[in-house]
Amino acid sequence: MPDTPAKPEGKISFTTDDSGTVLPTIQNFYNYCSERRLMGTKCAKCGAIDCPPRAICHKCLCNRFQWVEFKGRGRLLTYTIIHFPPTQFQALAPYAVGIVKLDEGPQLSAMIKNVKVEEIRIGMSLRVDYETAIPKEWPRWARYFFKPE
Amino acid sequence: MVAPIASIVSVGISKFGVREGIYSRELFAEAEEEAVNRCPNLDPQTDVQALFVGMMSESYEHQAHVAPLLLDWVGLLPKPAFRTEGACASSSIALRSALFSIASGIYDIVLVGGVEKMTHVSTTGVTEILAMASDFPFEQWHGISFPGIFGMMAVDHMHRYGTTEEQLAKVAVKNHEHGVLNEKAHFQKRISVGDVLSSQPVAWPLKLYDCCPRSDGASCLILTSPKIAKKFTDTPVNIIGSGHAQDTLSLSERNNFSTMQVTKLASHQAYSMAKLTPQDIDVAEVHDCFTIAEIMAYEDLGFCNPGEGGKMIDEGQTHIGARIPINTSGGLKAKGHPVGATGVAQACEIFMQLTNQAGKRQVSNAEIGLTQNVGGAASTGLVHVYQRGD
Repeated sequence: MPDTPAKPEGKISFTTDDSGTVLPTIQNFYNYCSERRLMGTKCAKCGAIDCPPRAICHKCLCNRFQWVEFKGRGRLLTYTIIHFPPTQFQALAPYAVGIVKLDEGPQLSAMIKNVKVEEIRIGMSLRVDYETAIPKEWPRWARYFFKPE
Repeated sequence: MVAPIASIVSVGISKFGVREGIYSRELFAEAEEEAVNRCPNLDPQTDVQALFVGMMSESYEHQAHVAPLLLDWVGLLPKPAFRTEGACASSSIALRSALFSIASGIYDIVLVGGVEKMTHVSTTGVTEILAMASDFPFEQWHGISFPGIFGMMAVDHMHRYGTTEEQLAKVAVKNHEHGVLNEKAHFQKRISVGDVLSSQPVAWPLKLYDCCPRSDGASCLILTSPKIAKKFTDTPVNIIGSGHAQDTLSLSERNNFSTMQVTKLASHQAYSMAKLTPQDIDVAEVHDCFTIAEIMAYEDLGFCNPGEGGKMIDEGQTHIGARIPINTSGGLKAKGHPVGATGVAQACEIFMQLTNQAGKRQVSNAEIGLTQNVGGAASTGLVHVYQRGD
């Protein structure tokens, strides 16, 4: 977003339980992104891997997870080139967005950058990167995107 | 013949399009008045017991809490009013909720409607409001619009099945041909495949003429228990099947971007309830918010095999007069898509077709109809099956 500082002002704190364990929340997922780490969760009961995290495992309904760090690599499943964006993205248009299947299994939607749109191909290898700007106010989320290896 | 769940005895639709200076309550009153005028045996203040109404967003008119407001504007205070929201499927949920109220025996006569006022907001503003129906942290935050979501579906469908941009364009051309025959439609203008292919890109491969417009409009129908329907009309239309399913809000969390699972599941429920198959459907209104969505609807409703939707439009099987006329009203593409009004507007078109009141766009000998309406990235899906009740 254009009106945001290069670095977050004020501390973004992780939400934890009483024992200090980082909870599997969306804000904590994005907090890890601001540390340039793509993190998912592993269900304590069935072992399902999720990214982004959920409060309840959609496979076995367990609510206990441990964080696992992803390599941040994957393949492009589908994409589009957006020419008419929502208001706040107008300055960026046209831009590419796509769905990436991460090597660990989960799939994420994000912008595809650092590549000419005519060179984007289904199946191409991509790796995650992060915008450095984080908004001053909610939502204080470090935006991830994908780019060619 | 299966026992009907409920009967439609009258319908009304406002003119769809750019209705400058007319707000949603006024649009709804226009639709409701037409439904009441078409049903002289009904005294709304005495007979109607409740209102079920779909509307997507408070953002357009800075107005929440619309159920009592719309009820008041049609003179029906203090009856109970229910507002339902399921993005572009908002009023199909109103219809299904109304079916429950009739089937339970709690009500015998209810109004069902939908409305949205959109065109006073800029294109980018509408894009942003519609995008609220996608996942904020994982889609909207990354600049993904609704055309973007359907663009990703289209790219997947083209890659998987070889569907072409020309085939997508033919859906828009067909629905504009039908729209010319509907005086209530947003557009009464023929377009060519060349017009679609040369229109501005919105979310490649989708271009401006692959996308439905933003529209103002309202829809309304009068629903009764089947046993009293004939008091109000000689030609009721019975609802004999209803299905409803949900999927993830984010498109990314699905295994297959070329199918709408909610449409498959909801149609299986509706066909099974009606004891019918896709081959029994004589006329259908499907959710063509983007041209690719109509291609996917053909496949997911079982009108053709997966991947053959493009062939179906190539062969002209869905035009008025062909094997199964689809979107005789002009569909969302040409009739317009005032989001909250759409689901009930589809039911209104099927009523007009099955009662032989569709004028220039009348399908001959139509006895069984179907509507398919999805919300968001097909995160919500409803299908209803209708039968002529005379």
